[in-house]
Amino acid sequence: MKSVGRAGALRVVVDLNRCQGYAQCCYVAPDDFALRGHEILFYDPAPAAARRGTIERAVQACPVRAISLQAAPDDGEAP
Amino acid sequence: MTPEPAGIVVVGASLAGLRGAEALRRGGYDGPLTLVGAEPHRPYDRPPLSKHVLAGALEADATRLPELTSLRARWRLGSAAVALDRAARTVRLADGSVLAYDKLLVATGAQARPWPAETGGDLAGIHTLRGRDDARTLRTALVAGPRHVLIVGAGLIGCEAASCLRDLGLPVTLADPHPAPLANSFGTFVGGVIAGCLRDAGAVFRPGTQVKAFEGDAAGRVVRARLADGSALEADLVIAALGAVRATGWLRRADLMADPGGLTCDAACRARAADGTACPDIYAAGDVARWPIPLYEGRLVCVEHWGNAVEQASHAARNMLAGPGDQRPYTHLPAFWSSQFGINIKLVGLTAGADSVAVVQGSRASRRFLAVYGQAGRSIAALSFDQARWLPAYAGAILAGAAFPPILDATDQPRIERADPGFSPSRASASAPRPVEVFHA
Ligand SMILES: Cc1cc2nc3c(=O)[nH]c(=O)nc-3n(C[C@H](O)[C@H](O)[C@H](O)COP(=O)(O)OP(=O)(O)OC[C@H]3O[C@@H](n4cnc5c(N)ncnc54)[C@H](O)[C@@H]3O)c2cc1C
Ligand code: SF4
Repeated sequence: MKSVGRAGALRVVVDLNRCQGYAQCCYVAPDDFALRGHEILFYDPAPAAARRGTIERAVQACPVRAISLQAAPDDGEAP
Repeated sequence: MTPEPAGIVVVGASLAGLRGAEALRRGGYDGPLTLVGAEPHRPYDRPPLSKHVLAGALEADATRLPELTSLRARWRLGSAAVALDRAARTVRLADGSVLAYDKLLVATGAQARPWPAETGGDLAGIHTLRGRDDARTLRTALVAGPRHVLIVGAGLIGCEAASCLRDLGLPVTLADPHPAPLANSFGTFVGGVIAGCLRDAGAVFRPGTQVKAFEGDAAGRVVRARLADGSALEADLVIAALGAVRATGWLRRADLMADPGGLTCDAACRARAADGTACPDIYAAGDVARWPIPLYEGRLVCVEHWGNAVEQASHAARNMLAGPGDQRPYTHLPAFWSSQFGINIKLVGLTAGADSVAVVQGSRASRRFLAVYGQAGRSIAALSFDQARWLPAYAGAILAGAAFPPILDATDQPRIERADPGFSPSRASASAPRPVEVFHA
């Protein structure tokens, strides 16, 4: 998992109250989502823009709709 | 100075401010929208800061939150609101500008409770962890290889930090006045499990320990902590994890029910004036809001968790757009997660006031269990250590006000044993050292 953490990155957040650790996202997008321990979901909140298709599939795969992805490309820190 | 045009102003540009602004747009609000933020950053996510960011798995600036609706907002970042004039309906910013509003959403959250300067708080090497810049500074200090790290306060952030620091191989002592870690959140019955995790991870947990002051060297760097019993603990890096103070300083002269404990609201998230009446044009959401929670007899609470910031902000936004006769009460089941020592911890409900606890799945010894908290025969909270898939069923039982212990088919226990949860009798007064309350701005 290599976070870019700057303009151009995707923006992802998972509602970890809602997440049930089903790991479907991890099968679909193993480079961006991973289970650590029994059920801690670790994910990259700022994947490279080229990964959009994969992340969108992970969003769809999550049975509890816990994953949110910003639709628009990131415009950097500029207000 | 002529005020700029009115509309809706959101003060606090973090999780609650962002999700509130999005809900306003989703709810059809089309007028001017301004987000004011003290930090120079667009809204970012805090939970990873004390977890993956400290551990070095994520950069601090990777945590910017996705913006889920087109906001068409004016961002006023890097300039805190310093005063509210309710009569004129204006907010003054630190840079001197004045923003007029028709409706205001207060989402200024909370700040880390700092260690007081009089007892060493100004020494170099003493850190707090609330924002992304704190996390970056702390991370840099950790990479430099401190010899003795002392974490003061074994709450959620203190324990998460201890877990990360042990993963990094750093020597860690965690000091807390309570007999067990997380005693305020979970009681000592469950806190003992985390004490075991700390021990296995090679951290030193010092229960019953009151830090009185920090002492520094000639260069003004912290070298040791002085304890209440007169003894000393060596420390060249300190994390003061003493909880948070609600950011209400800018409301000081606004004649609202606001103090470092929060901004009091009515059931519909409207701020209360000092005389108790609800302001029709000022709403609050997130960590800063102190509100009557219907599920727990309308007790006033600040729920300082991610899920509340999201849900309360949407609810407040909905009421901001609705007429005075259509103000819906905010009904929320508090919930949070934490991860530490490889364990996924999740809680639903509020444990405050619990008189009993029962393990209904798994066992404390295995560190995989589900425990239910009861008060006067009613189930009030459920806690999961790596048993998250059982939690929704118990959340339902809590919402329904089910008897304690709840009878669900799911239990794997031969019989359900009730235990004393081990909360200290006066939870408010017995927590971490309480320096004087501080106001922001
Ligand atoms: C390190 C850390 C880890 C956490 N981990 C978890 C977790 O695992 N699970 C969980 O459920 N919750 C967790 N939380 C809690 C969660 O992050 C908060 O509940 C959430 O951030 C609250 O959002 P908020 O917008 O209400 O307040 P905040 O996030 O505190 O944001 C308030 C914003 O307002 C700004 N502000 C303050 N005063 C002013 C002013 N006068 N003018 C303008 N702007 C102002 C601040 O700079 C800040 O950006 C964690 C919090 C921290 C700090
Ligand atoms: S698919 Fe959804 S529920 Fe499952 S681990 Fe991923 S985010 Fe969590």
